[in-house]
Amino acid sequence: MKVLAAMSGGVDSSVAAALLVEEGHDVTGVTLRLWDNPTDAGCCSVTEIDDARRVTNVLGIDHLVWTFVDEFDGRVVEPYAAAHAQGLTPNPCIECNRHLKFGRLLRRATQLGFDAVATGHHARVVTDGHHRLLRGADARKDQSYVLYVLGQEELARCRFPVGTMTKTAVRAKAAALGLPTAEKPDSQDVCFVTTSGGRRALLASRIPLHPGRVVDRTGAEVGRVEAVELVTPGQRRGLGTGGGDRRYALAVDTAARTVLVGSAADLEVDSVALDQLCWVHEPVEGEVEAQTSAHAVPVEATFDGARVRFRGRHRRVAPGQSVVLYRGEEVLGGGIVGA
Amino acid sequence: MASPLAHAYLDWAATTPVLPEAVEAMLPFLGERFGNPSGSHAVSREARKALDEARDTVAACLGARPSEIVFTGGGTEADNLAIIGAHAVRPGPTVCSAVEHHAVLHACDALGDSRLGPVDADGVVDLDRLAALLDPSVSVVSVMLANNEVGTIEPLAEVAALVRQRAPHAVVHTDAVQAFPWLDVAALAAPADLVAVSAHKFGGPKGVGALVVRQGVTVRPIIHGGGQEGDRRSGTHNVAGIVAMAAAMRATVDRRQATVDRVRALRDRLADGLLAAVPGCVETVDRATKIAGNCHVSFEGVESEALLVLLDAAGVYGSAGSACASGAVDPSHVLAAMGLSRDRALGALRLSLGPATTDADVDLALAAIPPAVERVRAG
Repeated sequence: MKVLAAMSGGVDSSVAAALLVEEGHDVTGVTLRLWDNPTDAGCCSVTEIDDARRVTNVLGIDHLVWTFVDEFDGRVVEPYAAAHAQGLTPNPCIECNRHLKFGRLLRRATQLGFDAVATGHHARVVTDGHHRLLRGADARKDQSYVLYVLGQEELARCRFPVGTMTKTAVRAKAAALGLPTAEKPDSQDVCFVTTSGGRRALLASRIPLHPGRVVDRTGAEVGRVEAVELVTPGQRRGLGTGGGDRRYALAVDTAARTVLVGSAADLEVDSVALDQLCWVHEPVEGEVEAQTSAHAVPVEATFDGARVRFRGRHRRVAPGQSVVLYRGEEVLGGGIVGA
Repeated sequence: MASPLAHAYLDWAATTPVLPEAVEAMLPFLGERFGNPSGSHAVSREARKALDEARDTVAACLGARPSEIVFTGGGTEADNLAIIGAHAVRPGPTVCSAVEHHAVLHACDALGDSRLGPVDADGVVDLDRLAALLDPSVSVVSVMLANNEVGTIEPLAEVAALVRQRAPHAVVHTDAVQAFPWLDVAALAAPADLVAVSAHKFGGPKGVGALVVRQGVTVRPIIHGGGQEGDRRSGTHNVAGIVAMAAAMRATVDRRQATVDRVRALRDRLADGLLAAVPGCVETVDRATKIAGNCHVSFEGVESEALLVLLDAAGVYGSAGSACASGAVDPSHVLAAMGLSRDRALGALRLSLGPATTDADVDLALAAIPPAVERVRAG
């Protein structure tokens, strides 16, 4: 099989490519330049691209570098900023998977005659009648949450070779093969938010940030924030509400430039409505487990086609975040929490 | 990883194979004639003599005096020395064309106050708009002799005349790196005060180049040390490289007219063949305004980043925009300056020919490219 291995320069994708080579596939490595990284380190920097190429040198396979900066900006970064302007908290990794890795890259791979695209995600695909997406074998490193946007068409052409391995085993394999990336630390969460400037600097360069009022449920002002666009529901710090009872952001209204706060009890909800539903195979209703962030513990719930009703109370999920629905190890699909 | 059996190297603008004459000339200096030309004994004198002879050859090929030649570690260093070194002795704004190589563009940027001269749709610098950027405060004006991406030849004599008239204190620099294999640089660059060339573009080794610094023009060194090259470029001479560059220059100049005539015909057959065989293929600039070895086209609805993967597999080695350090393809500043749409720029393919390009190379390219374009479009 002709496989295009997406190689970030990290250890997981390095080992993914190595395993495919060991299995005898015709593998080509590709590193995507998604972001004009101004520094010498971190994702999409020349250093990362060099690391990926050094791995391909060891594996004896070709290495390509493709520039998808425009699409990444248009499909991931701009929407990320625009969503914040509306008081939403999106997950850009999911949009990157949807539009870049399993969109643009997969389309180009097919165009060039590759049978599949492999990545270093910790997730598994099992095919029995249809393609099932399962959690990675290493529960702590499982990345199935950010892959719920993949459907049958994508899963038919995806390979996640390290999904059956623990992270420890991945590192051991990399070391055994003498891959130069064996010791590299795990990557950060949002690749384009630089540690120096952080989310604030990125958003400030893209959208106007507005100071706002922090109000309680009676409408009384209890504090002020420098930028309502930077507040996420569930947040406790930085709301300028001073001492006294702990108050949490419950909702952000960027148009009115207000942040509504309440107690920990107010933060809890019993259900959440989902938009932009995606299903791995076919729509599912009924008993599910709902996972509300990449590393959250899944909770029992029911889904009626539009709302997820939690068994018991659940901490509010910020609008813009994805809720992924599972049964056991299997990803069924998911959606985005509406405003 | 193995290269296909039949292949066509059509990336001569990126680099060229070292000519046998150049290899032969340099070998003794990697062996018994290893001396440092700056010393005073017999071993040094051997190297010094070779360096003197190489300097004479390079000077003759560039229309300069031997004392006007500064050997450098390549074209980029020559451009940097010209711009930064000239600016250091006469501070003021720099002016360059918008289609310069990054060695010039980024050197000007590094100095702060830089002005960009617009070009027309063929990549030719707009003289009227250039004139508007010139005034007596300007320190350095840099306009290349031939462009590395699209091959356009710039009107250097007119540029120089304009500079003398409107910016009398400025020096004129020309990056002749891409021009040298194809044009009579000695004559065409005569109006310039500073002229940069790079050996590996004409059959010499990588890492060696030269800057002509005309008598009476001062450049402050950017590399300090033992004072070699008339205190303009310190560092022990790369004797083997310099000797090889001189041999490659001599061979290139001796055969240049014959090469140009032969390669132009090959280029025309390649370009005409692509235009005829591929719907939506557009030639980027007027062939009358460019060097003989450059074929630059774009394919509607095709991303050359994808096309290059198929051509690579088919053994046809070309390029898209200007390659960046990571090996990725960056959107071309040259095509943007010429006003090409982004879509056309993303579908651009540069095939650059050289003295050893054959009919078989052109045949292979013409056989491989049309189906590859079709496949990318179908996908």
